[in-house]
Amino acid sequence: MSITIRVGWRASVELTGDVLAALPVPLAFPLLLALYYGESPLPFLAAIAVSLALGAGFRQLRDPDTDLGPREAFLAVALIWFLVAAVGAIPFVVAGVGTVAHPVNALFEAMSGLTTTGATVLEDFSLHSRSVMMWRQVLQWLGGLGILILATAVLSEIGVGGAQLMESESQTQDVNKLTPKISRTAQLIWGIYFGLTGLAVAVYYLLGLAVDPRMDLYNAVAHALTSVSTAGFSPEPLSVGAFHPVIQWAVVPFMVIGSTSFVLIYFFINGEPMRLLRNEEFHFYLGAMGTLASIVALGLFLDPGAGYGAEATVRHAVFNVASIVTTTGYASTDYVQWAPAAKHMLFMGMFVGGMVGSTTCSIKSLRWLVALKSFRRNLYTAIHPEAVRPVRISGKPVDEGAIRDIYAYLLLSIVIFFLLTVVIVVDAERADLRVTEFEALGAAATTFLNIGPAFGDAGPYGTFASFPMSTRAVMIVLMWVGRIEIIPVLVLFTKAFWTS
Amino acid sequence: MHVVVIGAGEVGTSIAASLASDHEVVVVDIDSDRAEQLKYELDVLTIAGDGTTSEIQTAAEVGRADMVIACTDDDQTNLVACGTAKTLGDGFTIARVKSTDFLRTWEGNEGAFGVDFMVCTDLLTAENIVRVIGLPAAVDVDPFAGGLVQMAEFEIAEGSPVAGQTVSEADRFESLTFVGLFRDDEMTIPRGDTDIMVGDRAVVIGSPESVQSFATDVAPQTTPDHADEIVVVGGSEIGYQTARLLEERDFKPRLIEQDPDRARWLAENLPNTVVMEHDATDTEFLAREHVDEADIVVTALRSDEKNLLISVLAKRLGVDRVIAVVDSPDYVTVFEEIGIDIAINPRTVTAEEITRFTYESVAENIAVLENDQAEVLELELTEGCGLVGRPISEIVADTDVRFVIGAITRNHTLVTPRGDTVLQAGDHVILLVESDAIGAITSMA
Repeated sequence: MSITIRVGWRASVELTGDVLAALPVPLAFPLLLALYYGESPLPFLAAIAVSLALGAGFRQLRDPDTDLGPREAFLAVALIWFLVAAVGAIPFVVAGVGTVAHPVNALFEAMSGLTTTGATVLEDFSLHSRSVMMWRQVLQWLGGLGILILATAVLSEIGVGGAQLMESESQTQDVNKLTPKISRTAQLIWGIYFGLTGLAVAVYYLLGLAVDPRMDLYNAVAHALTSVSTAGFSPEPLSVGAFHPVIQWAVVPFMVIGSTSFVLIYFFINGEPMRLLRNEEFHFYLGAMGTLASIVALGLFLDPGAGYGAEATVRHAVFNVASIVTTTGYASTDYVQWAPAAKHMLFMGMFVGGMVGSTTCSIKSLRWLVALKSFRRNLYTAIHPEAVRPVRISGKPVDEGAIRDIYAYLLLSIVIFFLLTVVIVVDAERADLRVTEFEALGAAATTFLNIGPAFGDAGPYGTFASFPMSTRAVMIVLMWVGRIEIIPVLVLFTKAFWTS
Repeated sequence: MHVVVIGAGEVGTSIAASLASDHEVVVVDIDSDRAEQLKYELDVLTIAGDGTTSEIQTAAEVGRADMVIACTDDDQTNLVACGTAKTLGDGFTIARVKSTDFLRTWEGNEGAFGVDFMVCTDLLTAENIVRVIGLPAAVDVDPFAGGLVQMAEFEIAEGSPVAGQTVSEADRFESLTFVGLFRDDEMTIPRGDTDIMVGDRAVVIGSPESVQSFATDVAPQTTPDHADEIVVVGGSEIGYQTARLLEERDFKPRLIEQDPDRARWLAENLPNTVVMEHDATDTEFLAREHVDEADIVVTALRSDEKNLLISVLAKRLGVDRVIAVVDSPDYVTVFEEIGIDIAINPRTVTAEEITRFTYESVAENIAVLENDQAEVLELELTEGCGLVGRPISEIVADTDVRFVIGAITRNHTLVTPRGDTVLQAGDHVILLVESDAIGAITSMA
């Protein structure tokens, strides 16, 4: 029996090769930094060599007859995210310092970076060279850029075929093309991303000059790279909590903007601000963040153990809720020490996520909004069975097929989240490690939904190195699956994808 | 006047009949039997043939026609006929269309398709229905500027909350202007401090929404308010347009449509309407949805028989007012005899609109008030005319002609006139003027 493979996998591999061949460009940044600081350039040279070799090899498989269709796009997305993380792990292994030198840990760190998660296995930050620490930040920034390319536009090289990539990442998205040419749209979106990152560097650096010498140019760049990308790595063991309160406040808007639809930001800048300000998803996203922050602030205020002043109470509530809801993963304080009520609010916030078409992860506000509206519709049609009520978002009716997809996505997310929780608890017990239920729930949500820190040992000032190696391996896979929104990976495991 | 009517259906025949006595009318119809038959019914010349061809149009002497009216049942035929007519002569062309899309295109660029005036049957019918529903208290209602502006005349009845107020107290709506007040058959131009008394007739000009709100103030008992239940049965184009116009006036109607795809389309396009997908002849369904408690039911299904059935059903269930769309003009009286409150025939409505238009001079749309004492005119301002480029207060101060500007439309949006509003070329100005001063006003425009 012979099986014909009906996926033009050569096209997917070729595209992956193109991306890998371009990887030396971002790798050059930490390389130059290493030379500047007099640190070993070897980790980055090794990664550059591997990416060039893999890129060239993959491009050899080029087959001019295969086009990039939807299936090839699914395969390419899955491959690119996995292989870029694998190459991104090489500098950590070659540097050979600390926990992250172990290949599994290195892959965890790189995957956590590329998926803009922000969970770390580092234990002692001071061991690592400044260039390696910067590579973590660069990986996250690349991850944010990659998701924007998928979400709002596409690699210009593949032209029209690129539109299918967009579908494969974000099925819920109304493809808001800004210009008829998709490559032009891509440039506009990248422009905003670059511009916001540059603005963040400037703001952080200038504030650093004004109030806090620890925010030097190195830290300003490092944090700018991971705030607009809602990623969350920080070269400081105390995260953003290491800096002056003014700087902590300044980080909040960049996280919030990073989680706002870049398409709507484009309209905002170009004279149509109402399209953003009247957008229901935007209202829902800000509303969810505001509500959670108020409840957390109230909880901290009433908690005698918290002991913050009035400003600090509000700051810590707003900062950490914004960090969790936007799926960034910074922390302004060690919220593991907070009372259970406040911690559970943060846990709930993990499931919200920002807006589609941004760098955010998690389930995303639009899906919740559609699901809630559709549920409210069901309550109405229970009384008036003949009523025809389209679900509307910002006045526009949502396709019924999209609503079914969103329900399916929500259910799938929740199921995977619970399975991961069970894996963490069972694996911890096997390894004779004490992990509470809540810590397991938090660790599962934070990795699968790409947020970053969890609770307990894996809190914002802790490390995921405390989990057994096997648990971390599972988490690597689920960060990957969660970031590219489950479906592109799951379809690879269906027979129909390959043969029919 | 030499008038060519293309299409001798209900609409064309009706128009030809009303024009035949005073004008030279040529009727063209593709059906030779129909053309032959009409020759004996009316004093008109009939030509059998395709009215879109220049051959037939030349035979009908379109080249020297003052007016060409294309009113067949087919939109494209009417548009092409007007286009052909424009190549032959310079007569004023009127096209009847069903599609609101053509109307939108034409409104965006008047003169498109070679059409000088376009009448959209379904929209016109819906506007009629909504006027009947919304303003039962009005003595007279006329649309201006393609429906953007309404003129309405109300009699202030005993017990009206407006009676005893001054004009400035009563006119609390942004886009509404009080233009005239008739007392004992004497017209006065109202000022802010003029008192309104029982028995007065007030003339207002403004957006249809503001006129609706004012009607609620004048006659709260008879004017439906927003809590009133309005049910539209049938999601035909007329049903859809009716619901849409009701939404614009802040009503929240319900619409019943049997076809699932059409129902979904309607629900998507009518955000403030509850669309129900069911057979409206199912009494059990009507009772469950409390249609019997509705204040107003409009039947707009495609079949007269079904409309009749549902109208009778609604009346028996105890609905206050039932308005039926009747496709065949012969049934209108039958419907009303059975006890249906109002029967509206789209063809009659269209024919009336076109006929009304032919009576009036081409640039103006007129409503005559109170035994010819005053008229409401719509003027399109041209570059260089006496009204352009000056604020209204200055124009008023310069002339002793008594007139009030009620509304201005500029690029199809309503501009509320104020003393400092400067008129521009291309504006449509709707104003009330005393009959003996009409000449003075039109000479300025």
